[in-house]
Amino acid sequence: MNHTAVAATHEETSTGLSNFKLGFWTFIGSETLFFGALISVYMVYQGRSVTGPYPSNVFDIELTTLSTFVLLMSSLAMVLALAMVQKGSRKGSLFWLLATAVMGMIFLGFQAYEFTHFVHNGLKLDTNLFGSTFYLLTGFHGAHVTVGVLWLLALWVQALRGQLGQGDALRVEVAGLYWHFVDIVWIIIFTFVYLLD
Amino acid sequence: MSFRQPLLRRFAVLPIALSALSFTACATEYPQTTLQPVTDFGAEINSVFYLAFWLTMAILAIVVVVLGYVLVRYRSRPGATPRKIYGNNLAEILWTAGPAVIVVIILVPTVRTIFNTYKEAPEGALVVEAIGHQWWWEFRYPELGLTTANQLHLPVGRPVEIQLSSKDVLHNFWVPRIGGKRYNYPTVALPEGAPAPKNYKRLSFTIEEPGEYLGQCAEFCGTSHALMRMKVVAQTEAEFQAWAESMKSPANAIPEPGTLEERGYNTFMRGGCIACHSINGTSATFSSVGPNLTGIGSRWSIGAGTAHNTPENLAKWIQNSGSMKPGSQMTPFPQIAGEDLEALVAYLRSLK
Amino acid sequence: MVTAEATIRTVPKSESGIWSWITTVDHKRIGLMYGVTAIFFFLVGGLEALLLRIQLARPENDFVSAETFNQLYTMHGTTMIFLVGMPIAVAFFNYLMPLQIGARDVAFPRLNALSYWIYLFGAIFMNASFLFNAAPNGGWFGYVPLSSDYSPGPNMDFWVIGLQVLGVSSIMGGVNFITTILNMRAPGMKLMRLPPFTWMTMVTSFLVITALPVFAVALFMVTFDRFFGTRFFDPMAGGDAELYQHLFWVFGHPEVYILILPGFGIISEVIPTFSRKPLFGYSLVIYSGILIALVGWGVWAHHMFAVGMGPIADSFFAITSLIVAIPTGVKIFNWLATMWGGTIEFKMPMLWAIAFLLFFTFGGVSGIHLGVAPADLQETDTYYVVAHFHYVLLGGLVMAIFAGIYYWFPKITGKFLSEKIGRWHFWFYVIGMNMTFFPMHIAGLLGMPRRIFTYSADLNLETINMIITIGGFLTGIGALIFAYNLIKSLKGPATAGPNPWGASALEWATQSPPPAHNFNNIPVVTSREPLWDDEAAMLEQANGEIKKPIHMPNSSYWPIFTAFAIVLSSALLMTGQWWAPLIGFGLIALGILNWTHEPA
Repeated sequence: MNHTAVAATHEETSTGLSNFKLGFWTFIGSETLFFGALISVYMVYQGRSVTGPYPSNVFDIELTTLSTFVLLMSSLAMVLALAMVQKGSRKGSLFWLLATAVMGMIFLGFQAYEFTHFVHNGLKLDTNLFGSTFYLLTGFHGAHVTVGVLWLLALWVQALRGQLGQGDALRVEVAGLYWHFVDIVWIIIFTFVYLLD
Repeated sequence: MSFRQPLLRRFAVLPIALSALSFTACATEYPQTTLQPVTDFGAEINSVFYLAFWLTMAILAIVVVVLGYVLVRYRSRPGATPRKIYGNNLAEILWTAGPAVIVVIILVPTVRTIFNTYKEAPEGALVVEAIGHQWWWEFRYPELGLTTANQLHLPVGRPVEIQLSSKDVLHNFWVPRIGGKRYNYPTVALPEGAPAPKNYKRLSFTIEEPGEYLGQCAEFCGTSHALMRMKVVAQTEAEFQAWAESMKSPANAIPEPGTLEERGYNTFMRGGCIACHSINGTSATFSSVGPNLTGIGSRWSIGAGTAHNTPENLAKWIQNSGSMKPGSQMTPFPQIAGEDLEALVAYLRSLK
Repeated sequence: MVTAEATIRTVPKSESGIWSWITTVDHKRIGLMYGVTAIFFFLVGGLEALLLRIQLARPENDFVSAETFNQLYTMHGTTMIFLVGMPIAVAFFNYLMPLQIGARDVAFPRLNALSYWIYLFGAIFMNASFLFNAAPNGGWFGYVPLSSDYSPGPNMDFWVIGLQVLGVSSIMGGVNFITTILNMRAPGMKLMRLPPFTWMTMVTSFLVITALPVFAVALFMVTFDRFFGTRFFDPMAGGDAELYQHLFWVFGHPEVYILILPGFGIISEVIPTFSRKPLFGYSLVIYSGILIALVGWGVWAHHMFAVGMGPIADSFFAITSLIVAIPTGVKIFNWLATMWGGTIEFKMPMLWAIAFLLFFTFGGVSGIHLGVAPADLQETDTYYVVAHFHYVLLGGLVMAIFAGIYYWFPKITGKFLSEKIGRWHFWFYVIGMNMTFFPMHIAGLLGMPRRIFTYSADLNLETINMIITIGGFLTGIGALIFAYNLIKSLKGPATAGPNPWGASALEWATQSPPPAHNFNNIPVVTSREPLWDDEAAMLEQANGEIKKPIHMPNSSYWPIFTAFAIVLSSALLMTGQWWAPLIGFGLIALGILNWTHEPA
């Protein structure tokens, strides 16, 4: 058992929450402003592109609905992964952590496919305001998902080595916090960018 | 060693006195003063400034007096004991409410003035487009079909509407004696003759006093931002019309053959100038990349306030404007030299 | 590193040598590094200012070229705000806040070190641009399209990349300080018992973590325009330069409160101590600080009154801007009331606090004039604004910082800064500062715009500018005297005990300087002024026999490694290739992986 975990579960804090969890919530607050600004930029510039392609030319709502569903389900997997770690179930932890990461990778795969399709239809980062604001927003989101996937895989490797026991549940909980946040951001993007066009 | 409180108080009074003095600043002494407006717009701005100024001076005076008193009365002396007070609700309410009242007193005329300064210019107002370039001002009079640069002729007594835009970066049109400033934004070019949309950046005012008023760009726009100056020439309606006529049909646009000016005219037409510059009355009227040179002979300066309008400066400018105005986008013309240069200068200076 | 058994009775030894500083995670050392670096850049920024002032002393001068001037004024502003103003506050936050709340360190000691090293490397990166004669030259605010499409060359690349990196450092610091204050307080240290400086640390940190991400987005947009061909602000593509202004100032206005609130916190500590009287209306002082931060989110477009946003928008922002003046004014009155009925000791920290009260109010008054939107149409983008913000910064923040340094120097070093040299410092600086910036109000009202490398002799502004320049040099001398005082006093005798000023907060219970672990025993707090209510008990708990094991965080070289990797990755973008930073990402990942695997 590593020292960080011991300190985390045994440290007394003024709020009762661990430093790691409280600090991470604070960071999430900061990220809210970051994505909020990106979404605002997208919305301010909606409808202002001088040349196409426009959203209706390239969006495939059905496909994106599917990838959104996958990401949503990955949050469920994350919840189950945490439950497994808290229970101390090695097999369960391994399965659900990997499932979350894999679903995240599937989502990223959908994004890659979608972006390639858009580029073939003439929508690049520098084509018009729609391309610029769209890729800026979804690109940063995708980068966040990628970081999340790497984080989950690192946890999965630790679980594989028997280094992810019940006492380490906090670290998985915080990873879950990040993962759910990234998921919620996507729901907002999906709503305002894809659905409310 | 005790702190020399009286000295500090004297120090506080000095800046206040200085500021009072400055309000008598004579406009001819300070050509870009904001304190001697010649328009309704400028006057209204000033009156709300003075209101805020004196009310805040009163607050400052209170703070200075109380501070001075406290420093003297409550300085540490043998036997003095501090009172252990943690607060006083009444006092705190009063000094929260007090500033709030002053804020409201300032805000009412402020909001009223804000709405007044945005009022649309009435029908019959003279419309002028002020287009910012790095680093000179283009002025177009759509109703008159005129374009000029860096010197803005305006009639006294008639409402004027300045429509602001830029060909490159942000600029900021400011003639202090006329009033406040407004940004010039790069915009999509309007179709010929189309009215400017409602959200176009504008300034409107009526000049009440004839005179010449200096201004300059007030938004950092690159290397020679400091040298992007202009002069407003406010004239009677008759003088303004006469000026407009002389710009439409300039007297000396095509000089008499055999004169030095004619040699200069030929140098102008063949030396590459017409790629960027236009002069009314000649066949060079198609380029607006550079300033329109109609009437340049009587313009107040060269290079938008970079140098006085003298033959020497004009010659130097033509040969290498970059040496006078860092970053100038006018190509140097070292090949125009000697008599050709002298002739060209004479021609340009004849365009009055 | 100490083991559980060994710490029960022994005190962890302080390490020495440069490696111990490179790998330190001790908040006090990190605070000192922030402070020394910030003071260094204060002198750099001051030198830049003096060069500007020599150029402007006479009309149509040619001391420096237009291009050099534009680089100097851009870097002066950028340096003073991002490399001095924010880091010096962080220096204070770092050193003092854990001591004030009775903690042994911050919540994330290695993250703390990372923040510092990113700051240092980022600052070096930005200033390295001078070596290429390519320092940023688009103003500290970098308005588009000048900064995006009309600034070829690497100058503004240094700017967008450098500031992005520094923003990351600040956000991490903000997260650290908020977590520390909320989670690591001593027993009995309720939130409304926190010293006012710690409160302002928390409020400032909330502003940092919320405002900087908005700036990050604006910077990314300019970066993408410069490197990747986007046209976010090109009207021909449907873009609008005004959007950048909004994004920038949504960050920019909270930023100025980020700069000043720590100063308010310091003043709220110094005045009660040297008046021997509790802070008058503690609750109102705290709430007004919080209110300033909240209302401060709603005033940003008062930096844009000349844009022409329309009468409703202008009125809204004029109203909010004047409203935010009310809690600020309240603080001044509460501070005056603290002194009223006290017994005032005119020691150096108090002299600075008194000067702060006077000169910050000057700045506040001119701020109100700027908030009156129509009046601002004349004042904006002129030296009137320059006068205003230099008064609130040099007459406000810097004086508060001087007050803080003279106040806490004995705690940090065990020695006193010389009162005698201090008075020379004080008078040169006060006279110089006023001589420099008071005339600027007049120059602005007489029509002198900002950011101009020269001005015409026709404007008759020569005398005013010469006075300003002379004042600038007097101020500079004051700053040098201060540096001299620092260096000389470090060689003085260590005569300061735990509480030489008779102050009330917890940091004054420990030894001067504090041991690495801060307190032998974490004191139990029962009031807002622990050392005034029971100094003996506090001293006994802080310095008496150690009763519980002390676990101190281990030193680590992964923060400096990761910081270097982050700045390197960002700098690689200068190559213009989108994949270049990815090379650095591998190093970053290496740093993070090792970091997470070493014991805390």
